[in-house]
Amino acid sequence: MPLLDVRDLSVVFRRKGAEPFTAVDGVSFSVDPGQTVGLVGESGCGKSVTSLAIMGLLPRRGNTVAGEVLFEDTDLLRLRPQDLRDRRGRDIGMIFQDPLSSLNPVIPLGLQVAEVLERHQGRTRQAALREARQLLEAVGIPDPARRLKEFPHQLSGGMRQRALIAVALACKPRLLIADEPTTALDVTIQAQILALLKDLVDRSGTALVMITHDLGVVAGLCDTVNVLYAGKVVERAGRHDLFAQPRHPYTHGLLQSVPRLDADRGRRLHQIPGSVSDNIPWTEGCAFAPRCARVIDDCIGATVALEPTRRRDGALRCTNPVPQEVPA
Amino acid sequence: MVRVVLRRLIQLGVTLIALMTLIFFWLRNLPGGPVDALLGERATPQTRETLIRALGYDQPIWVQYWRFVRNVVTGDLGNSIRTGEPVTAVISRAFPATVELALAAIVIAVGLGIPLGYLAARHRGRLLDNATIVVTLIGISIPIFFLGYLLKDWLTQGAHVFPPSGRISTGAGNTDVTGFFVLDGLLTREWDASADALWHLVLPAVTLATIPLAIIVRITRASVLDVLDEDYIRTADAKGLRDATIRRRHVLRNALLPVVTTIGLQTGALLAGAVLTEKVYNWGGLGTLITDSISGSRDYPVLQALILLAAFVFIVVNLLVDLSYAVIDPRVRVR
Amino acid sequence: MTRPGGIATLAEHKRRRIDELTARTSGTGGVSLLRDAGRRLRRNPAAVVGAALILLFLVIAIFAPLVAPHDPVQRFPELTSRLTVDSIPGATAGHPLGSDPLGRDFASRMIYGARQTLFVGVLATLIGLLSGVLLGAVAGAAGGWVDVLIMRITDVMLALPSLLLAITLVALASESTQWTVIVAVAVVNVPVFARLLRGSMLAQRESDHVLAARALGVRGRDIVTRHMLPNSLTAVIVQATLTFAVAILDAAALSFLGLGDPDINRAEWGLMLGVDGVRYLEVRPELAYFPAAAIILVALGFTLLGESMREALDPKNRR
Repeated sequence: MPLLDVRDLSVVFRRKGAEPFTAVDGVSFSVDPGQTVGLVGESGCGKSVTSLAIMGLLPRRGNTVAGEVLFEDTDLLRLRPQDLRDRRGRDIGMIFQDPLSSLNPVIPLGLQVAEVLERHQGRTRQAALREARQLLEAVGIPDPARRLKEFPHQLSGGMRQRALIAVALACKPRLLIADEPTTALDVTIQAQILALLKDLVDRSGTALVMITHDLGVVAGLCDTVNVLYAGKVVERAGRHDLFAQPRHPYTHGLLQSVPRLDADRGRRLHQIPGSVSDNIPWTEGCAFAPRCARVIDDCIGATVALEPTRRRDGALRCTNPVPQEVPA
Repeated sequence: MVRVVLRRLIQLGVTLIALMTLIFFWLRNLPGGPVDALLGERATPQTRETLIRALGYDQPIWVQYWRFVRNVVTGDLGNSIRTGEPVTAVISRAFPATVELALAAIVIAVGLGIPLGYLAARHRGRLLDNATIVVTLIGISIPIFFLGYLLKDWLTQGAHVFPPSGRISTGAGNTDVTGFFVLDGLLTREWDASADALWHLVLPAVTLATIPLAIIVRITRASVLDVLDEDYIRTADAKGLRDATIRRRHVLRNALLPVVTTIGLQTGALLAGAVLTEKVYNWGGLGTLITDSISGSRDYPVLQALILLAAFVFIVVNLLVDLSYAVIDPRVRVR
Repeated sequence: MTRPGGIATLAEHKRRRIDELTARTSGTGGVSLLRDAGRRLRRNPAAVVGAALILLFLVIAIFAPLVAPHDPVQRFPELTSRLTVDSIPGATAGHPLGSDPLGRDFASRMIYGARQTLFVGVLATLIGLLSGVLLGAVAGAAGGWVDVLIMRITDVMLALPSLLLAITLVALASESTQWTVIVAVAVVNVPVFARLLRGSMLAQRESDHVLAARALGVRGRDIVTRHMLPNSLTAVIVQATLTFAVAILDAAALSFLGLGDPDINRAEWGLMLGVDGVRYLEVRPELAYFPAAAIILVALGFTLLGESMREALDPKNRR
């Protein structure tokens, strides 16, 4: 039984004086206990909105969220707000993209870690602070006793993200959602943070949903990958299958546009023309069609469904996929 | 920290000296000069001559300037032209009245302004919020002396709810200890006098509080809305913290930072507003003193002292606000 | 007196507020940002109401002679004859709002008042703006000791709350006329505009679009006139709109303190409210209510428009 089962999740933004905008359009995926699942796509494809919808963190006004988010058979979307609050931070932890703005600038770090323990585990302030010190140590922050009293601006970017990881994992949640956790960091720090995440998740058996636009992150971390385009899952596959044989032209393009050391130096890097906002004006058909090199008439005529493939955990939403190479 | 305070104190000194110098040279260069101001136009040449010599105006300008600076520094601000009393005596008599009024107004503005602004932000876009926006907009667009007269007209004439003017009823026998009438009554256990003084204080304080109140409400509202949009509030939500904890610990603390600065700035509005309010209610404080010293022939020594005092108070209050800001915002502390 | 913009009081904090404002409103972006802002402005009801109010009073001011039933300074025997110590005649045939304390047609004075009030407000704002912008541009462009000197002068001016500074200026002038009031109210705003422009220029000097222009080899003069000034001007225009509201309120306050225009024929709302309106409040409150309402509405109009403009130009609100 999956730990998290997202079924047909849709998010529609309605803003005064503007057309309703469907940011997430029938997304389904599941996460098994201890598994690491990636949500990959360009900015604007709906991956962050998906994560916020799972956590119930979208502003209630102006947004419509439909579908089901089953966490151990409880539909989080139908929980009363206060019951959802009891679960956030305890059963599901979350870390965000920008560690500086995600930490409260006027509250000492120690309290920011401790308060989640006070809330969910009924610790006293003192006990919580003691545990916060151990948590900071566990995420590799040197001299944690001193750091407890410091403020976010006194820490480096990497340290801040470590602190946020400590907060998210403080109550030993069964699921961690990481929304572009390394995007705002230096490349060298990125690797450290990813290694730390991987280590912590492996050791504690926490399931991880990794949201990223960086295929390198996916390659290093994820068991299963969901590729999102314009609010829809367009391809799902195990990590190895996906990298070895992308079937969706979009996935294919994404992989082609990653610079490689072993490529000829004279070869130009592949690029996908246009951007995600070049939406087709009709609702049926493939949203990627205007940018797709393999587009055929069928792509824009009828709705393209997400069909399971023969690969393990595989699924594909494409009428004219990249042909599978015959294994040699 | 110490260095910052020192630098600000030096700045304060420089500003005051510059202001003093400007006023000095301006007054000396008025058509007719201060002598005419003292004597009026019909004085005989002999009396003019005597006065000029008595005041030292026959000396070179830099000697006069030096004498002026020395006098100000030693606390000798000259004598009032109108009453002949020393300026320091005139001012210290009026000082408590204005402080009492200004403090009451600050209490009203802050005490009501912050909760109202917070409530409006929490009810964003709903009736309470819209009503607050409209009322505060009118609050900052209304000439406050007119508001003062309106309140006076409505609440003292027909209904006799509040006394129309003055700080205390005649015969309410108050022993003058500190000059703060409400406090004096408490100190001497003259409860009635204290209550009477408080009663007199209500309308002027409300009038004077109007603009700061409206501004504090608007700043608080805007600031709370800004903070609610911050990433760290989303983090707090993701932690599953209770709504009350988030409000108290994460929203309010951050939202109040700009409000503190605003409160300091509003001292300026209070000083200026006091001139108008005190005239409406015949309050007898520094504002009244300014009005008196500019009506008809100008009482320059008093005026000049009041200007310096206002600048001094304004700068010092804002220095204090800066310091308190450093206490609540750790990011400032380190710098 | 500190008013909506919050921009009318002391040194350090005023400075910080001004710089903050500058950073927000003079951001980068150029034309598309402006077009964006214009579109958001038209959709904002507050901006529309504000602009409508301003337009209404502007029309009344321009066409005052056509709209007003009478000459605003003429005394009418049918009115003067009915003036007593404790009564001023109200509406009668031909005089829809009745009489003022001198037997003049109050309605006509209110209508002509739009002219004088806008005149005082516009002139005070414009003088303050032009001198401030000039000082700020010189400080920003020259740098060095010129910059330091100009900024220290503005510091001293900002050391007094704005209305107190205006009071001081009028009180120190040898005699008061309409021009002393205008100049005093204008001078109060000089340091605000100077700092605003200078701050904006300095902020832009390091901004990406100016660096880009410089990297492309655009001449220094062209960078200032084509890239920096237009951006700074949006901030200045916003501030001017807000200043206008404060200016007419400050002018009214000066009138109330007896420092206003001594010309008894002058029909200006601040004077009408601050002198006669307040004096005859118990005899005939309309003499205060009408000019007060007019002042509130004009100030409201400019505040609404100014704040909406600032909001619309704030890149934070760009969507």
